[in-house]
Amino acid sequence: MKHSLLEICYLIGSVTFILGLKMMGNAKTARKGNIIGAVGMTIAIAGTIFLHEGGFNGLILGMIFGAIALGTVIGWMTAKKVQMTKMPELVSIFNGMGGACAALISLIELNHMYHATEGAEGFHAPYGMMIAIVAGLIIGSVSFSGSIIAFLKLNGTMNKPVRLPAYNVINNLVMLGVLAFGGYFVYNGGNMMLAYTLFSCAILYGILFTVPIGGADMPVVISLLNSFTGLAAAFGGFLYDNKIMLTGGILVGSAGTLLTLVMCKAMNRPLSGVLFGAFGSGAAAAGGPDVKGSIKDMQVSDLAVLMNYSKKVVIVPGYGLAVAQAQHIIKELENILEERGVEVKYAIHPVAGRMPGHMNVLLAESNVAYEKLVEMDDINPDFPQTDVVLIVGANDVVNPAAKSDPSSPIYGMPILEVDLAKNIIVNKRSMNAGYAGIDNLLFYDPKCSMFFGDAKKALTELVAELKTME
Amino acid sequence: MEQILSFFSDNREILYFVILSIFVGIEVIGGVPTVLHTPLMSGANAIHGVVIVGAIHVMLNVDTNNILALTLGFLAVLLGTLNVVGGFVVTDRMLEMFKKK
Repeated sequence: MKHSLLEICYLIGSVTFILGLKMMGNAKTARKGNIIGAVGMTIAIAGTIFLHEGGFNGLILGMIFGAIALGTVIGWMTAKKVQMTKMPELVSIFNGMGGACAALISLIELNHMYHATEGAEGFHAPYGMMIAIVAGLIIGSVSFSGSIIAFLKLNGTMNKPVRLPAYNVINNLVMLGVLAFGGYFVYNGGNMMLAYTLFSCAILYGILFTVPIGGADMPVVISLLNSFTGLAAAFGGFLYDNKIMLTGGILVGSAGTLLTLVMCKAMNRPLSGVLFGAFGSGAAAAGGPDVKGSIKDMQVSDLAVLMNYSKKVVIVPGYGLAVAQAQHIIKELENILEERGVEVKYAIHPVAGRMPGHMNVLLAESNVAYEKLVEMDDINPDFPQTDVVLIVGANDVVNPAAKSDPSSPIYGMPILEVDLAKNIIVNKRSMNAGYAGIDNLLFYDPKCSMFFGDAKKALTELVAELKTME
Repeated sequence: MEQILSFFSDNREILYFVILSIFVGIEVIGGVPTVLHTPLMSGANAIHGVVIVGAIHVMLNVDTNNILALTLGFLAVLLGTLNVVGGFVVTDRMLEMFKKK
């Protein structure tokens, strides 16, 4: 009876996961989809506890509820309180927690096994079980440590990619070593010490894997690690013949992998390039053109006049906008211009910022209407009729070298074609290079002027200046 | 060779299940607008928190004299909960921003 009910709970849960994920692919149903998934998860968890066959032990139940209560409080508060711009880091950390959970499950199972046989060396369960346990351990651990590193990189704590010489070779050797170790474990069994060693090696690999990758590519890595954790969960499901872990795990594993590939396509970079390539390193930067020409500097009063009398303005937001936390002041700018009869739109490049949708989330925070955010392919045809393009804290996404210079590291990446507009204004703090570490040809275009300053400060001055007119 | 073949034969239902699930995962992601990639990633993150079910299962069957297993089990459930709760709440916050005004 209990068993059947539990299977039904898992069935309901599995359906909600699939339905929820499907609904999250559409802006209108996305929020509901998430809630449906949450409800299904709750049913599955409640079923697992209350429909457990076998005795209930007070201590164990207490610990379970305690852990859930503690986790709920910490998880909820952290997720609610954190700034929107810190969301990708948070996704990474929670992903790591899931990976660690999977790894711990494997360790406990191994511990049970060796405990039960009272340390008889070399004992091991049937191969299928062993593969599930060892795979869960390795994949969960890699996902855990990789996610922590990704968190530190996005956090700013670990800024530069750390690259040992021939790091690709080292990483691949370590990976083969871990797999070989795992294989040995499956076929020969071992003991807890070996298990811990395998665990540590997998953790090490997770670190080595993530550490050489640049911060701009982190969202792709997080998506990949996300699917790893799904895979680890699936192996757990295989181990326990638990259908909901299998469903949830494989669903996320496959969806996550595809999402990773889709993200790479949006950046026009192959996955291998992200994981194993050098982006913006010394060698690549040397491939950029030697830029000749001068840049023009524009004063706030002239810019205000220019914008005030324009008919059509397009704002290109970038990571700099997020860093300066200038999303509110840019909304004020939008308001004032629209009051004066200027049409204002925002051009959103797929990889602007540090994660897909970063700019959307940032601007939504300051109540910019969803319809004003226009995707790259939809807004590119409008640039020739645009009077002013104001680029705030964006760089590589508007660099024409992507179209014209085959030696450039960003060559081939689709960009916002702002060079077709009538006037181009770039707001940056200084002439320092953007994430790709290369010169931006756009700045030397005769139609382009630089408007230097921290985004928030500069835009505040601009708004103030506009207010004094009329 | 024989071992491999009989493995596939004995586990054919699970294999169908796995293959179908992979296709479902792929279908579900197809045609998603770029702007929803991050919330979707976050949602998928929350869903793989289902690993907590495994942790709870382990805990319910643990030997109360095994302090190590008890501790690791507690930790596993805690981490799983963080994944689940944190995951769904973060996703909800991201999606909150998609209200049409």
